[in-house]
Amino acid sequence: MNYTDLFRVTLPETVLEIAALLVLVVDLGLLRKAALKVRLAVAAALGVGGCCVALWALALSAGAGFGVSGELPMLYQSRFAMEAQAGILILTALTLLLLFDSIFTKHIGEFVAVVLMAAAGGLLISAAQDLLVIFIGLELLSLGLYILTAFAKTSGKSAEAAMKYYLFGGMSAAFLLFGFSYFYGLSGSTNLLQIQWSIAQSGASPLLYLAWILVVAGLGFKVAAVPFHLWAPDAYEGAPAPAAAFIASVSKVASFALLITISLNWLVHNGPISGDRTAIEHALNQYYQTWPHLASILLVIAAASMIVGNLAALAQVSVRRLLAYSAIAHAGYILLGIATQRAYTGPETAFEFVLATNAPTHRTLAAVLYYVLTYGLTTVGAFGVIAVVERATGSDRLDSFLGLHKRNPVLAGILLVLFLSLAGIPPLVGFWAKFNLFAAVLGEHAGTVPFALVCLAIAMSAVSLYYYLQVLKRAYVMPAVDESPIKVHPVVLAVLVAIAAAVLLLGIFPTLLGKWIEGF
Amino acid sequence: MLAWTIYLSFAGALIEVLMPKGKAMLARCLALAVALAGLAIAVSGFIHGMGHGREAVVLVDLPWVPSMGIHYLLAADGISRVLVLLTGLAAVAGVLFSWNIELRTNEFFAFFLALIGGVYGVFLSFDLFLLFVFYEIAIVPKYFLIAIWGSTRREYAAMKLALYSFVGSAMVLIGLLAAYAASGSHSTGLVALGHANLPVSSQMWLFPLVFVGFGILAGMWPFHTWAPTGHVAAPTAASMLLAGVVMKLGAYGCLRVAIGLFPHGLDPWGFSIIGVGSWRDVFAILAVVGIVYGALVALAQTDFKFVIGYSSVSHMGFVLLGLVTLNQIGVTGAVLQMFSHGIIAGLLFAIVGRIVYERTHTRQLAELEGMHLSRRIPFAAWAFVIAGIASMGLPGFSGFVAEFQVIVGAWIAKPWWTLAAGLGIVVGVAYTWRAMQKAFFSDAPQTAHGLEQEHKHPFAAITWPEITGTVLLASVSLVVGLYPKILLDTIEPAVAALLAGGGR
Repeated sequence: MNYTDLFRVTLPETVLEIAALLVLVVDLGLLRKAALKVRLAVAAALGVGGCCVALWALALSAGAGFGVSGELPMLYQSRFAMEAQAGILILTALTLLLLFDSIFTKHIGEFVAVVLMAAAGGLLISAAQDLLVIFIGLELLSLGLYILTAFAKTSGKSAEAAMKYYLFGGMSAAFLLFGFSYFYGLSGSTNLLQIQWSIAQSGASPLLYLAWILVVAGLGFKVAAVPFHLWAPDAYEGAPAPAAAFIASVSKVASFALLITISLNWLVHNGPISGDRTAIEHALNQYYQTWPHLASILLVIAAASMIVGNLAALAQVSVRRLLAYSAIAHAGYILLGIATQRAYTGPETAFEFVLATNAPTHRTLAAVLYYVLTYGLTTVGAFGVIAVVERATGSDRLDSFLGLHKRNPVLAGILLVLFLSLAGIPPLVGFWAKFNLFAAVLGEHAGTVPFALVCLAIAMSAVSLYYYLQVLKRAYVMPAVDESPIKVHPVVLAVLVAIAAAVLLLGIFPTLLGKWIEGF
Repeated sequence: MLAWTIYLSFAGALIEVLMPKGKAMLARCLALAVALAGLAIAVSGFIHGMGHGREAVVLVDLPWVPSMGIHYLLAADGISRVLVLLTGLAAVAGVLFSWNIELRTNEFFAFFLALIGGVYGVFLSFDLFLLFVFYEIAIVPKYFLIAIWGSTRREYAAMKLALYSFVGSAMVLIGLLAAYAASGSHSTGLVALGHANLPVSSQMWLFPLVFVGFGILAGMWPFHTWAPTGHVAAPTAASMLLAGVVMKLGAYGCLRVAIGLFPHGLDPWGFSIIGVGSWRDVFAILAVVGIVYGALVALAQTDFKFVIGYSSVSHMGFVLLGLVTLNQIGVTGAVLQMFSHGIIAGLLFAIVGRIVYERTHTRQLAELEGMHLSRRIPFAAWAFVIAGIASMGLPGFSGFVAEFQVIVGAWIAKPWWTLAAGLGIVVGVAYTWRAMQKAFFSDAPQTAHGLEQEHKHPFAAITWPEITGTVLLASVSLVVGLYPKILLDTIEPAVAALLAGGGR
């Protein structure tokens, strides 16, 4: 066991935890008598500072791995993991910046600290290679989210949402753990690589599929995929706005990163393959035979999420619930990408395939990561706008957006950009993300099923324009009931403008982010 | 140089957004300046391209997403140049006829210019991805223009238009992705995809998908229902743009993308059901039905603007029919009809929606009958006579040349199409005549009360933007009608190149 390695690989998480403790000390210790505004500013600034330092630490930990004495690594800072982690840190910082001027709680220090700890959990699962680490990281993230959801102590909705979220979450964790136990039973190891290697050697078994279904159920809950989505609308609606933004963005990015890690063809990517070539080839063939079954589970969930999410969103009157159902739909698109990552189908030998896909680009997963990160960014912005509107009007109903263009034209403009991006209108980033993802899916798979699902996804995003326009219609078209201007805290406004600008710029110059991601 | 039409329009839109509210005159003048500059560029580009419309001259070619072979590729051949010219004219006329917009003026012109910018972009894109981006950019401004500044059931009409457009573009997107994947994911350039030799079997289903996707916006029957409601609900300038250029986006996409990229999709199926043996026959039938159906429905309308709305469906049927003739004269006629209908429909909507409606505040033909408009606003009456004659397809105006060519092309392809299309022209004369007679030249008896009302509330005088816009559009139609060679010389070689490039 090498503690230097452990230190290096967990450096970003450590920084976040220290920042969380620092926030608590400063807020509870030094600023007890200070005004709420000051406490808020200090706590948020410290949190953002922590994220920035963690980003820097992330650069230091590049390529580091940690394993127990020569074993396969438990944590590995692959490029993919680091990109997801960087996304998590940036989105966390944005969430904290949007915290300015919010009034749902007096316990600012605790809120920021919990956010930072949950983010640390997110970092952990992005890099985890071991079932136990995954579970610990996931619980760190989830428990944080339950607390955050319940943070508006005076609101009954918040408590109800947290309770639902907690019960569903506990159940899904049980499923996940049950699935993990089967994995362990099948392979005798908790290491993902070892598990996959032993599957490759022993071939598929019904137990393996059972384990897979259980794990997918557990993770499907985290990413709010149908039929494990029931908590999402309630949690999005009841949680305080910054917490909802955090759930919708950071938690999504981390969960998808984990799902990718687990479903990825690991042998292809990180496997230190050595030994007799014919034996390896045989094993690889065995392993890849299991993939289509696993992919088909994901495909079913993806299709169901697209349909249910988009259709249910049509009927919503609460914008937060609308965003929750839209998040379910987006999860469907993303799962489609994950399920159709390139698997070995021939005609080259499995060995050649491994060499070919070990090449620096892995298109579908790069596209998935692009989608998840830009979606997270857009949603944080959308919740930022909702939070401001909610504070001014007291509700997140569609009708509280009436006449927004008169009450605050800048805010309305930001809403326009973000929602059109979610609908997938060019030249905004949401369009490019979708195009890139679907092009990658069709480019890697020539079959009928992926094509049909891409058609379904595109048809469903045509449906989605309707409900996004319902919000924009109220902001721009319908007459205002109340024309008093809405004031926005300058920091919040600056952050929102920056997010909208990023959504526009990344849409016009997709290579800015694409180049950075493609390398993994 | 032509590329600046796009940038200028978007820059104009941005400035309009940032402009302080309440400065209506400034917003109008800026919009007019931008539209005029665009027109000037379009004209110079057109003159510059005279005589060599055949080859697509590359204007800008920058790698956009190198890893996927997507280029920011703007180019112009004869067809593009003519349609850019049309857009420039429609933009200027549109600004002139929305001079009286007082509500949120700067936002109106921002959406207007953004729409124009997207339209210019579509006509100049020679990369399918880029073309699609501009095509979708044009959807959102349409929605807001109608929903905010429209009339009669505007929110319904705007949503219907936006969803129809988006569904159409979703079909195009599927086609784009499938063609891109099938060609090996190397490039989205129109030329590269055209040379990719996609298998005939995939062209067979890609062609109808993309043709219908674009055809929705071109008012193809039976997907035309957005058009009348949208045209009627839209503010005058937006109706002019919808009928004038937006419907042409669809027709242009059918020609450039569907026919240009998937020519084998038009091949015979190898079997035939009641005489229908290929997608070409299917779409020809839809086009012919659109011609006749649009004309017949227009004949029965009681709302003046609906008459023009359905006439657009009928006239766009000629464009689609011309496209599927697949012969030089028919396709040339289709492109000319795009131009001609853009001008004439713009003029008709301007007269009905602006000049007449602003003064009478009604569009019901029954109410207009008692108003004796030919006496009270003779300018509108005579302008409508000219526009109506042009719309009917009488010689001397652009509509005649275009529809004549389409009909000749249809005769060469399949004579019976001509018969049905000819029926459409006859009904076209009838509905235009009926509307003209009812709205302007009725001989309803004059009551004393009516006369008194006339004296008490005389109609406002015709303003200069109205005169300028009318004269501009009418004279363009007349010039093209008298000397069609001015456009045909540019269109014909480009059409020849496009048809030859299709491997036929």
